[in-house]
Amino acid sequence: MDEILEILEKDARTTPQEIAKMKRKKPEAVKKAIQKYEKEGVIVKYKAVINRDLIRDNNSEARALIEVNIVPQKDVGFDKIAERIYSFPEVTSCYLISGTYDLLVVVEGKNIHTVSNFVAEKLSCLENIRGTVTHFLLKKYKEDGVILKHREENKRIAISY
Amino acid sequence: MKREISRIVENMKPSGIRAFFDLVLGMKDIVSLGVGEPDFVTPWPIREAGISSLEQGFTSYTSNKGLYKLRLSISRYLKNTFCMEYCPDEEILITVGVSEAKDLVLRAILNPLDKVIIPSPSYVSYGPLTELAGGVPVFIDTSKNNFKLTAGMLKKHIDAKTKAVFLNYPSNPTGVSYTKKELNALKDVILRHKLLCITDEIYSDLSYDFEHTPLPTLSGMKERTIYLNGFSKGYAMTGWRVGYACGPKEVIAAMTKIHQYTIMCVSITSQMAACEALHSGKVAVEEMKREYMRRREIVVDGLNALGLKCHKPNGAFYAFPSIKKYSRNCLDFAQRLLKEEKVALVPGTAFGDQFTDYVRISYASSMDNIKEALYRIKIFLKRR
Repeated sequence: MDEILEILEKDARTTPQEIAKMKRKKPEAVKKAIQKYEKEGVIVKYKAVINRDLIRDNNSEARALIEVNIVPQKDVGFDKIAERIYSFPEVTSCYLISGTYDLLVVVEGKNIHTVSNFVAEKLSCLENIRGTVTHFLLKKYKEDGVILKHREENKRIAISY
Repeated sequence: MKREISRIVENMKPSGIRAFFDLVLGMKDIVSLGVGEPDFVTPWPIREAGISSLEQGFTSYTSNKGLYKLRLSISRYLKNTFCMEYCPDEEILITVGVSEAKDLVLRAILNPLDKVIIPSPSYVSYGPLTELAGGVPVFIDTSKNNFKLTAGMLKKHIDAKTKAVFLNYPSNPTGVSYTKKELNALKDVILRHKLLCITDEIYSDLSYDFEHTPLPTLSGMKERTIYLNGFSKGYAMTGWRVGYACGPKEVIAAMTKIHQYTIMCVSITSQMAACEALHSGKVAVEEMKREYMRRREIVVDGLNALGLKCHKPNGAFYAFPSIKKYSRNCLDFAQRLLKEEKVALVPGTAFGDQFTDYVRISYASSMDNIKEALYRIKIFLKRR
């Protein structure tokens, strides 16, 4: 993987100028490379990783992982039905997976009821869906490679040879 | 009570630096570029190996020389990485970091008043350990030559009492390293004068500009070299305290004699973790290395832009800029910077009395910290 991507994946705030310094390249060349990645969709989006557990007025939020069993459709397989599912704004992630069920869908809602209603009223009723199993998320420990803890204190002594 | 303390120890310097260190340690919310160890935590698989060894009940002594399994892994690692052949039975000793290995080798080879040549600025322990072992340190100031020792400089300082030369590359505090060609030039002098060479290559995993050449790989040098390395810097394992010495079997046997009476053996937990480091740690080392390289560019560029003239280090995670433009007293400079902008760094005199115009900056600190520190230094210098 291009190191530019590695740097941005670690910290999306790094400016093209800084990357240029790190890589001893011209800022223009870095800018161009980034634009190319954006255009090609390699870089999809820049966003912050937020630990919602620490937001006080946000305690009621609920998330669920839902196993979805579906009947594949002729010609388009799973893709068509996946599209119908991931187009709902409540769905934050959607994966086709191997194993005993077909789609793993992550759903977010204001509270348990909203998520349950979504499953009962929207998801389960879709054509070609054979069944769903809903797992509510109790606690998030790590997301996208980031361990979600209070900022760790520095364990090193502040000065040493 | 002071009278009761040995003269050698009494004369060893803690000097003004110690007080400065205490000042730093007593302050809160500082941004530190003064740390001589990685800011990364030991990679999880290595930590996990330590934990699991405890769970399995590995809590005993090991052989004095260290776990055979670890010595064998080191022997294979050196062979695969550098084509160096060291026999795990007789030519490798596991030590409590490179620090212990340096002490052992000096005590094993020096007779009273034997001289040891030390290119300076140098890591803080080389001089004092030489004195403790009864030897006489001979410092060669390398600052005029971009902090590199040359064959000519070396030759000029050799006399009948010279027993050994210390090399440390990539270097703490300068980050300078030697190319194969430069090492070959030094080799000729070392061999001609039948000196021993103690080479501290603890930062060899962090070499950025050219391939690292271990001294024993040069023809004829293996017999004259005691090669020191360890896990602290590359694998971010400073607190585990595992290093090793490789050398001629007579020297290793002599070092083992001292080691068995003073240390007995390195902690078994740490040795088990070190085995895992050699087994699976390479990917993590490479990733950390890439991050250091990026920080190096930001730091060197930032310092030069501020008028703190700085050569580009070839390895390790230090820069050694000159502060001459603003101050000739690095301790005063460091104290003011600490008090006014809460940035910590190490005054150059820690690494040799004459380096009053220098400070050591460590970039073993997160990119955010580095940027913040450079910004604060800029504000600080604007007032000068």
